[in-house]
Amino acid sequence: MTVVATKTDGQAASAFQAARSRLPGAAAVAEQRQAAFDNYTRQGLPHRRVEDWKYTDLRVLMREVLPLAAAPDHAHLARAADALQLHAIDGVRRLVLVDGVFVADLSDLAELEPGLSIRPLREVLEAGEALDDRWPAPDTADAMVAFNAALMTDGVVIEVGADITLQRPLQIVHVAAATEPASIVTRSLLRVGQNATATLVESFVAADGSTRYQLHDALHVTIAEGGRLDHLRLNEDAIDAFHIASLFASLHGQARYNACALTTGGGVSRYQGFVRFNGDGAEVTANGVNLLNGTQHADTTLFLDHAVPHCVSREVFRAVLDGRAHSVFQGRIMVRPHAQKTDAKMMTRALLLSDEAEADNKPELEIFADDVTCGHGATTGALDDTLLFYLRARGLPEKEAQALLIQAFIGEAIESIVDDQLRALAIAVGERWLEARA
Amino acid sequence: MALLEVKNLQVRVEEREILHGLTLTVEEGQVHAIMGPNGSGKSTLSHVIAGKPGYEVTGGEILFKGEDLLAMEPEERAAKGVFLAFQYPVEIPGVATMTFLRTALNAQRKARGEGEFSTPEFLKKVREVAGSLGIPQEMLKRGVNVGFSGGEKKRNEVLQMALFQPSLCILDEMDSGLDIDALRVASEGVNALRSPQRSMVVITHYQRLLDYIVPDVVHVMAKGRVVKSGGKELALELEATGYAQYTEAAA
Ligand SMILES: Nc1ncnc2c1ncn2[C@@H]1O[C@H](COP(=O)(O)OP(=O)(O)O)[C@@H](O)[C@H]1O
Ligand SMILES: [Mg+2]
Repeated sequence: MTVVATKTDGQAASAFQAARSRLPGAAAVAEQRQAAFDNYTRQGLPHRRVEDWKYTDLRVLMREVLPLAAAPDHAHLARAADALQLHAIDGVRRLVLVDGVFVADLSDLAELEPGLSIRPLREVLEAGEALDDRWPAPDTADAMVAFNAALMTDGVVIEVGADITLQRPLQIVHVAAATEPASIVTRSLLRVGQNATATLVESFVAADGSTRYQLHDALHVTIAEGGRLDHLRLNEDAIDAFHIASLFASLHGQARYNACALTTGGGVSRYQGFVRFNGDGAEVTANGVNLLNGTQHADTTLFLDHAVPHCVSREVFRAVLDGRAHSVFQGRIMVRPHAQKTDAKMMTRALLLSDEAEADNKPELEIFADDVTCGHGATTGALDDTLLFYLRARGLPEKEAQALLIQAFIGEAIESIVDDQLRALAIAVGERWLEARA
Repeated sequence: MALLEVKNLQVRVEEREILHGLTLTVEEGQVHAIMGPNGSGKSTLSHVIAGKPGYEVTGGEILFKGEDLLAMEPEERAAKGVFLAFQYPVEIPGVATMTFLRTALNAQRKARGEGEFSTPEFLKKVREVAGSLGIPQEMLKRGVNVGFSGGEKKRNEVLQMALFQPSLCILDEMDSGLDIDALRVASEGVNALRSPQRSMVVITHYQRLLDYIVPDVVHVMAKGRVVKSGGKELALELEATGYAQYTEAAA
């Protein structure tokens, strides 16, 4: 395929050149960056002829690559602190990234439990530690993953030692506070040790008065034998923000990964998850909800790689779409030849509240083993008139009746959240969305 | 003033006229039975009174407490005291029965300008009524009607009636799909709600139900009209003669 140089290629190159001198990491790290940027340059922004990006053509939707955000100054940090208060969650250990920079002053690093280690990515990179074998390498040539690898400024690197059960959930909060249009590029890593248990909440928010921004994030998760991670992801980014994020999860034997990702924010967003089973008997739940309105576009793309036998994966995805919103769900389940006794199910449903909203669902199974239980399904439809009338005949105004049915609809994805407080938080995100709609 | 006045009501569904000028007057405190063969338009009448979309009223009017019912949204009718116990109550997965009951009751109270019930007050009330209808607490935690038997669904309708205290209850084939025991429990629940301030319209195909809920007035409906009205003895007469004479007469 011939590559046509576009305006955004030049913008990306100048963003990289301009930022280079202040990107953390010399030697091996710098080489990794250059290689990643070359990889990105060869491809440019993904577009509709790239199969994985077919419904999310960034050449059409993105149009520009913004320069890297400056480190946040005092005023930005003050506004970020206000935003944090608005999105505070009781009892969590909060780790804060403002405009892509880890801010210790806004984070809670006091009294780390024994066996818990938290370091800013910048520090790790500056120490010249390349992202080595301990972390699942992105098993993809994806252009946006490469972009992230080239320009990442900071993030958090968390290790939970073997046999540790973290009492407090960890929360990584990404706050956009920049007042100049900017790219924010972060990457975080979380390793859950053998038989260890942790809960992670990721929140993406904007401070009041921030301008348009493009957020690029990546998260590496490794769960060692018998470990467990519960993961709640809340994209509440600004309504005109770009949000491109990747997850690389690697599960070892008997590991448990229970995730739920909610998207109400972002003008254009993409959350792509690459989940790989590396040990027998591991189980994954990767649920998601997109609640969209106006002209929002949100794409959730999951790749579940059953490379070993006896693993279980479940995905329940729900999209609720109003206005002219567009939701994309792509889910690919790969069952490799040795992965016998794989049990994989994926169900995606979209609810259209307006005639102009649009949902694309593409669940896919690729099965190369013969003794497996796999299934997928996809539906798209409107609210059931009969149910709506029943509720209205009992006195509920139309919007309230709709809200009750919508909550039930998204409840099917949210009910997998084990922690009561976090489930309530996810429900509250839905309620806020419904109130904003009413 | 009568509680409900249906005057010369003409209704179409998908271009076809189903009710051809139906007239019915229900006084406050009375129990009326509407009997008629399948397809005579009984459910259509109940749906139009409750405000179900999809019906086109091409003539006539419905007054409820003297007000134009047809001008109101379904939820306004509910708040004003109209209650339809559905022939086929729907299942609503994911909406807990308790949540549904509280949301509905508070929506009605809000529409009437009354304060919302506090949670303990509400729970007490529901437990009381559910207990008298033999509805276990566990059922109230489940999704609305999800996994309920036919009898349980009908009891759930009576539970709502008891909770909302409407002034007009329309029971559409409450007896369909119920065995004698279930019918007796549901009927006792309904009878407990009879009061001089409350009217009921009991729609049924069979006389059997009227042994339990004894009406003041019986109407025979055929082919979209009320063709005969009388006292409760009319129901017994129908039991003996069947509907054939009416369907022929109305033809
Ligand atoms: N939604 C509908 N679409 C088309 N025809 C309908 C619809 N609802 C009812 N009808 C027709 O209207 C007539 C009366 O139906 P209904 O009111 O259900 O009668 P009943 O309750 O007395 O058995 C029947 O002929 C039925 O087929
Ligand atoms: Mg009927």
